[in-house]
Amino acid sequence: MTLLRIPVLTVGTAVAQIWANKVRSMLTTLGIIIAVASVIIVSSVAVGLKQYMLDQFASFGANKVWIFPDWPDDQPERYTWRQVRITPEQARGLLENCPSLKRISPIMNLQARVQIGDKLRDFVKVEGISPDWHEIEQRFVTVGRPFKSIDEEEKAQVCLINDKGVEELGLPADPTGTVVLLDSRRFTIIGVVETKTPSPLFGGRNETKVEMFIPFSTGELMRPEPGMYIVGQTRGAEFVDDVKAEVRFYMRRARGLGPGEPNTFGVEAIDQVIGEFNKIAAAFSVGLAGLVGISLVVGGIGIMNIMLVSVSERTHEIGLRKAVGAQPAVIMLQFLVEAVVLCLVGCAIGIVLGAGVIMLLKLAPDSPVGKSEIPVWSLILSVGFSAFTGVVFGMGPAIKAASLDPIEALRHE
Amino acid sequence: MSIRIRNLAKVYRMGTEEVHALRGVDLDIGDNEFVAIMGASGSGKSTLMNIVGCLDRPTSGTYELGDIRVEKMSATKLASVRNREIGFVFQSFELLGRATALKNVMLPMLYSAQWWGARKRAKDALASVGLAERMGHKPNQLSGGQKQRVAIARALVNKPRILLADEPTGALDSKTSEDIMALFRELHNKGQTVILVTHEEDIAGYANRIIRLRDGRIVSDYPTDKDPVHQDYIQRALEHAQRMADDNAQTQSKSAASLAAVSASLAGGAS
Repeated sequence: MTLLRIPVLTVGTAVAQIWANKVRSMLTTLGIIIAVASVIIVSSVAVGLKQYMLDQFASFGANKVWIFPDWPDDQPERYTWRQVRITPEQARGLLENCPSLKRISPIMNLQARVQIGDKLRDFVKVEGISPDWHEIEQRFVTVGRPFKSIDEEEKAQVCLINDKGVEELGLPADPTGTVVLLDSRRFTIIGVVETKTPSPLFGGRNETKVEMFIPFSTGELMRPEPGMYIVGQTRGAEFVDDVKAEVRFYMRRARGLGPGEPNTFGVEAIDQVIGEFNKIAAAFSVGLAGLVGISLVVGGIGIMNIMLVSVSERTHEIGLRKAVGAQPAVIMLQFLVEAVVLCLVGCAIGIVLGAGVIMLLKLAPDSPVGKSEIPVWSLILSVGFSAFTGVVFGMGPAIKAASLDPIEALRHE
Repeated sequence: MSIRIRNLAKVYRMGTEEVHALRGVDLDIGDNEFVAIMGASGSGKSTLMNIVGCLDRPTSGTYELGDIRVEKMSATKLASVRNREIGFVFQSFELLGRATALKNVMLPMLYSAQWWGARKRAKDALASVGLAERMGHKPNQLSGGQKQRVAIARALVNKPRILLADEPTGALDSKTSEDIMALFRELHNKGQTVILVTHEEDIAGYANRIIRLRDGRIVSDYPTDKDPVHQDYIQRALEHAQRMADDNAQTQSKSAASLAAVSASLAGGAS
């Protein structure tokens, strides 16, 4: 009963004590303040960075897989280009044989000579794509219309151009209907595709190039054996491994690879990049934990020091409390509560400080940490560890106070 | 019987030397007694007070407080006994400076089992020492006498078996001392057992019984009106007052009144 009542009543005393020595308490809890503030800041920034990464992934196209020609590492000379290259037929059978794939688009790379009116450009990047490409790459048209399956079926002589191309080739803002010559074939521009610069995170450079797109089937007419790869989208992040297995099984069968033979193609998914990021994040967390541990120990020593000062300053008072019947355990509890309150005050200051820094960081325009949020676990962690520090480092001084002899203590001035 | 002490001894070890503070003390104090314990410094008076007050344990001997055997108790149990059975009044008041009179009086109840109604009981205790109007004041807003009244209220608030006052007037002027001692008498008249530790004869004179210690032993134990040392002291004080009065009578005529006042105060305490 008493042991329950004392902490409650002591909190008020402890707060008053701390308030009476504002500067001293502030300095004492500096270690705790720094530890907590750094936990808050780093964990919030980590949240912000992670959100930034995820946004980047989303813009890059979430749940993407690539299927591309790849010579086996150990015996590349054994396979010819014809055996290794991805064929349009292989691409066409992919979707029905790999149930975990949601959509795919074969992509062929052409370097073409482009002519619009009297403007001529060589080696323009032209890609043959299928309509699902828009969804997979998250690149939609801003003007005109996207590719549709009818373009694919009819091998239509239509093309899309990116806004950089509109600018460089001196096209009107709405270039739809304009006729261009690609390798001397006539194409009609049907829309403008937004340019997406991959984040520097993924090796994207800030220079955008002129890009043009034509239906894949139309491209097949221009290049009978095109250099191509396939980009696909899984049904969800959890299907990545299924997709890889299904693609390998299908491709090996389609290519007639025997049991001992290596893969002559590659399947990569974006989850590998995420995996790398998670490893970095984990290393980061371990480093952070170490840092916080050290700060808390330093902070705890500060707390212990000030509690020892507090015990000797108040020896006389302890003597009086004992004389009127305070049991040793109660005195110990009182000082423990005081140490914990001190730590929690430091914790509160640290949280406010950390939150302030995060707010400032978020004010910066285009900040990668713009979406930083203070995670609830970091608050719980901060409060928990601060209280724990208070108990651990307050224990010594509290025991010292509890074991004081009342007569000696009363005599102490 | 409030206190029953048999063959009590206390030995301190100071480095390699043993100091015998008490050498076999037998002492009985009944309910509702008003006892003064006297002795010079080094007589063992403080040691006896600490043991009686359950602040310290004897080296040997027995101590029964009411029906509690105290001599072998743990520090924790002693704390509870102090809380319930002993009310301390100290020479230097020992009030918490940052707490109001009321909070100071509530302090012992903080450590007792009866927190419920603590405020009410503290107010009653303050009212009983005549400080009902001052309970919101902090010690630095109170006079010495008022501080000691607060301390007495605090000592009484748990209704202890023994009120143990250690030189309660040592920090007070003589007029205030008289007031405080009158308060002790009043408490005694209401049934409170009071033990007074002092080295001043005129303060001891307020008690009904005087116990004198020397070198760790009780050397005399008499009712105040039969204590030869005390009676001798009163005699000399009266003579001194008489002389002063005679001296004054040569120049002033109101000497009779002052003599009467001195006699009254000395005799009044010992009644």
